[in-house]
Amino acid sequence: MKLDSKIPSGPLAEKWNKHKFDLKLVNPANKRKFEVLVVGTGLAGASAAASLAELGYQVSCFCYQDSPRRAHSIAAQGGINAAKNYKNDGDSIHRLFYDTIKGGDFRAREANVHRLAEVSLSIIDHCVAQGVPFAREYGGMLDNRSFGGAQVSRTFYARGQTGQQLLLGAYQALSRQVGLGAVKMFPRTEMLELVVVAGHAKGIVVRDMVTGKISSHAGDAVVLATGGYSNVFYLSTNAVGCNVTAAYRAYKKGAAFANPCYTQIHPTCIPVSGDHQSKLTLMSESLRNDGRVWVPKQKGDKRLPHDIAEKDRDYFLERKYPSFGNLAPRDISSRAAKEACDEGRGVGPGGLGVYLDFSDAIKRLGEAKIRERYANLFDMYERITGENAYRMPMRIYPAVHYTMGGLWVDYNLMSTVPGLFVLGEANFSDHGANRLGASALMQGLADGYFVLPYTIGHYFAHDKPARPQAGSAEFREAEAAARTRVQKLLAIQGKRTTRSFHRELGRLVWDKCGMARSEKGLKEALQRIPALRDEFWSNLAITGSGESLNQALEHAGRVADFLEFAELMCLDALTRDESCGGHFRTEHQTEEGEAKRDDEHFSHVAAWEFQGEDGRPLLHKEPLVYEGVHMSQRSYK
Amino acid sequence: MKLTLKVWRQKDGDSRGEFATYQANDINPDMSFLEMLDEVNESLLARGEEPIAFDSDCREGICGACSMVINGLPHGGRKATTACQLHMRLFEDGETVTVEPWRARAFPVVRDLIVDRSGFDRIIQAGGFVSVSTGGAQDANVIPIPKPDAELAMDAAQCIGCGACVAACKNASAMLFVAAKVSHLAILPQGRVEKNRRVLRMVEAMDSEGFGNCTVTGSCEAVCPKEISLNFITRLNQEYAVALLKSTGQSAR
Ligand SMILES: Cc1cc2nc3c(=O)[nH]c(=O)nc-3n(C[C@H](O)[C@H](O)[C@H](O)COP(=O)(O)OP(=O)(O)OC[C@H]3O[C@@H](n4cnc5c(N)ncnc54)[C@H](O)[C@@H]3O)c2cc1C
Ligand code: FES
Repeated sequence: MKLDSKIPSGPLAEKWNKHKFDLKLVNPANKRKFEVLVVGTGLAGASAAASLAELGYQVSCFCYQDSPRRAHSIAAQGGINAAKNYKNDGDSIHRLFYDTIKGGDFRAREANVHRLAEVSLSIIDHCVAQGVPFAREYGGMLDNRSFGGAQVSRTFYARGQTGQQLLLGAYQALSRQVGLGAVKMFPRTEMLELVVVAGHAKGIVVRDMVTGKISSHAGDAVVLATGGYSNVFYLSTNAVGCNVTAAYRAYKKGAAFANPCYTQIHPTCIPVSGDHQSKLTLMSESLRNDGRVWVPKQKGDKRLPHDIAEKDRDYFLERKYPSFGNLAPRDISSRAAKEACDEGRGVGPGGLGVYLDFSDAIKRLGEAKIRERYANLFDMYERITGENAYRMPMRIYPAVHYTMGGLWVDYNLMSTVPGLFVLGEANFSDHGANRLGASALMQGLADGYFVLPYTIGHYFAHDKPARPQAGSAEFREAEAAARTRVQKLLAIQGKRTTRSFHRELGRLVWDKCGMARSEKGLKEALQRIPALRDEFWSNLAITGSGESLNQALEHAGRVADFLEFAELMCLDALTRDESCGGHFRTEHQTEEGEAKRDDEHFSHVAAWEFQGEDGRPLLHKEPLVYEGVHMSQRSYK
Repeated sequence: MKLTLKVWRQKDGDSRGEFATYQANDINPDMSFLEMLDEVNESLLARGEEPIAFDSDCREGICGACSMVINGLPHGGRKATTACQLHMRLFEDGETVTVEPWRARAFPVVRDLIVDRSGFDRIIQAGGFVSVSTGGAQDANVIPIPKPDAELAMDAAQCIGCGACVAACKNASAMLFVAAKVSHLAILPQGRVEKNRRVLRMVEAMDSEGFGNCTVTGSCEAVCPKEISLNFITRLNQEYAVALLKSTGQSAR
């Protein structure tokens, strides 16, 4: 396997324009001869499927939910970045680019990030044209808020439901194409295998989740927009169905998996309340615009928050990072909260929480203003905890939220399997070792609306791939493999439920490969995961059959893949013997406890190639070279 | 806490369903309703019985997947709350709780508590969009939109498409769902261009999917987890009347 990033030559700011001109085109009449399979209907998948169909391609689109509108992107709360500089506060394409590269701790591919900052402008224009009801000022202009890791206000939002509104925009565009007959939509359909013929992606094997029927679809290209793998940790802020299956199956068919250890722990989530918990709930980072984070100065101070005087409070983010304060980036804020709790100064049950306090903002702006900005978040908090955050500070704690790692893609978003494109959170490209808030929505829509529609045509016109042949030996084999797996799972007839395996795996990787990682812990995880996997395959309990709607079986299939993937994630974390962004190796920290990079040895993308069931994955390195920025130690002080 | 659950079990769309009774013990008041069902399912699995099938995904009240009638009310009837956000601290120890799927002709049962809501998707496919293709949009700030309009559009746009409105309505009408989308887009200048065509097509699709007529009982508004207002139905009726006039006017011309 050779990693060729296909970064265009020329000055950074001109690469994308030049590349767009250099890309080969498919003429309008010929486009309808190509069929594209798009797996996923989140921001990335829905925007891609709609845009490709608008261009004239034949599109089939798949998702596991009952409707494409329910993809996990719907849950994004806070906002989407764009370098519009409507606020006249010094923003520019270059600044958004720079903030994103720096936020990613200099581990992202520069050319991709620059392109992302460039197309961010068109995204907002397009979404407004679709009727996305972004927040407005009284003069009728679009409003902005600030997000972590930036000193300008460039985040566009629709109350606390930005993801919902952006996804509905993309879903409506997709629905329009379904209505026109240009997209065939397959909801409640789960991809189980990628089909590769003569080295090119030519189809997928899917399971109809209602009838259980396993079948395949052939296409000229396959697009994976299947989201992130946070649920390997069992508890995360992701929707409960989010999974690594599609990406992991593609990895096993030859697509390199890049930087699997880069995961993001979000600082502001509602703390865990008990073992029954099935997911964690995020409180949007936008709350840190007005909320102040603090813990008592004294260890074990059990007084109610009101009773703790100002002088006895430690506003630790403001203290440690005076220039960014409560808006320090996520990785840094999360670690600071963990540190405070590890010192015994945490609040709430088990001492695993810190306060996010709005009383100053309410005094300054009035409760009505705070309500206008965040009512839905405060309501959500109240429903879950039974507490009123207008009166009492919220209690928050970090939780797994996003995965920067993903399938490796070149500048054209094509993986190491020709004809397999990967978009959105499922790829690795733009966020390096830490993602800044409000940039995942931007990336998903950039990939789907404004990048893939250009680059996929080049693959058809330039590579001239052979036409797909449904029913060929490769399709039959892939279908048989999927069927065998389902039967194997059902045949175990053991005693332990999928959920209990998932929970154990999650706890293990959270402890060993979560907010802080060490060589010792990772080695231990690498020993325990295979043992857990063996037990899974010999003692799993699922009921029912493969020929009907069977949610226990669906969950088991996903956990089976997590149990393999977790090992790859820990291996990557062990191999990356430095700290960077969200990957914090306790062996590598500065005197102040910040992540200490080792640019000499680790300024690369780690892309892993599958080497068979018993082989050790093979590491390939894509060097990261920066022209437009100077690599520095991140400072938010 | 302990509860007695009466849960609708139905193997598939062709089979007859019936209530089954389960005991849920050791319920933690901090659990959500769905987490409570997860625990019941764990114990069913341990006994070798098939777990209760229900839809859910985000579990934070925004995807619209969860859909169950709890004690006779969609999502359990707590103000502005989906089933996944309903917490067990709201129930009484020892209570008997019935759990059923959405009941509506246009939402056939798929299994247990899962129904087929694809009718909603087809209504959107018929016209619930702005016909702009990617590329070529003008700068986002060219058309100022008064803040109150943007807020009102957002009030309507918040609909999560769960279908509780249909489940609550004695006529199984989808008017609130359609009204929300029609209003969201008709309020904004970007959506106004094709508003007549949109409303006619969406209403036609709604009727052909087999949803019932609206008799303005307001039960939809009462259970809507996003508190979509009945006023939008008034707006839908107005939009529809205008569009109808315009379209007959046009064909006469
Ligand atoms: C609570 C929360 C809040 C967030 N807030 C923000 C924010 O304010 N700003 C921001 O920029 N980002 C935010 N994010 C991150 C952002 O929402 C996600 O990264 C982004 O939406 C991912 O989009 P996507 O299109 O890549 O994937 P997703 O939206 O996850 O979609 C994945 C799609 O793939 C399908 N799929 C998955 N596996 C399969 C399979 N095996 N077979 C068939 N289909 C499959 C699913 O059905 C779904 O349609 C937030 C994330 C969370 C969890
Ligand atoms: S599971 Fe998403 S709204 Fe309830």
